[in-house]
Amino acid sequence: MHSFGYRLNVLLTFAVTILALMCAMASLSDNLNTPSPSAEIQIMNINWFQKQPQGNDEVSLTMNISADLQSLFTWNTKQVFIFVAAEYETPKNSLNQVSLWDAIIPAKEHAKFWIHTSNKYRFVDQGNNLRGKEFNLTLHWHVMPKTGKMFANKIVMTGYSLPEEYR
Amino acid sequence: MGLFNYILLLYEPQRRAGIIMLMDWQGQKFVEQIMQISLLVFAVIALVAGYVLGSFHLMMLVYAGGVTLTTLITVPNWPFFNRNPLNWLDPNEVEKHHKPQVAVSLKKKATQK
Repeated sequence: MHSFGYRLNVLLTFAVTILALMCAMASLSDNLNTPSPSAEIQIMNINWFQKQPQGNDEVSLTMNISADLQSLFTWNTKQVFIFVAAEYETPKNSLNQVSLWDAIIPAKEHAKFWIHTSNKYRFVDQGNNLRGKEFNLTLHWHVMPKTGKMFANKIVMTGYSLPEEYR
Repeated sequence: MGLFNYILLLYEPQRRAGIIMLMDWQGQKFVEQIMQISLLVFAVIALVAGYVLGSFHLMMLVYAGGVTLTTLITVPNWPFFNRNPLNWLDPNEVEKHHKPQVAVSLKKKATQK
């Protein structure tokens, strides 16, 4: 500790090590948070439902998505990434998940919202299995931290189904 | 100019010995303790303040301020930490005491091999 440069080195190294520990503690504090999110999705309209030239079914829908995800935010949250996926079963695949819409919520104020939108990404099946198909709509969220561990979870909403015939 | 000459005089024995120490041993130990405790205390204050007020940004600001303050206190060679300097032996004293002689028998053993 007998020279300026030596002390500066020791101080900076120790300060950065402590900073790493502080960030770890901040991440651990996220476990103290008990979120209570809620969401609801209504399918307002099936815009069209066709068989594509390649042979796969495709459907376009308009949804009304409303959610209150404010309890997911902590002091250590940078943003929350959410997406809506349609889940259903076919003879070929025990589980199909098709992402229909996603968004990034940058702050707690924007986490309570509703949106009227058609599907952002195409709802295409691997085959012709969608006629009369019953499916779930799941809202997934990823809470992305400023430092540390990311938390992910979902709400499953059941009871949706597609028309029996192409439109 | 007078102050500069005074400082030069003060460190003359060290300069002649070839080493300049601007902080004495007790000062160094004290500074090390201050540095460690100060950084840890500021880290805890920053963490608590950030968590309670819900602001990550605040935690970073408080900690950065703490690091800067600690740097100002402990890194420069403040005279406060040099109050008991150990002075090097004056060269005139050194000349009065002869260096120990190497025994002659050891030299003979070396040449035989």
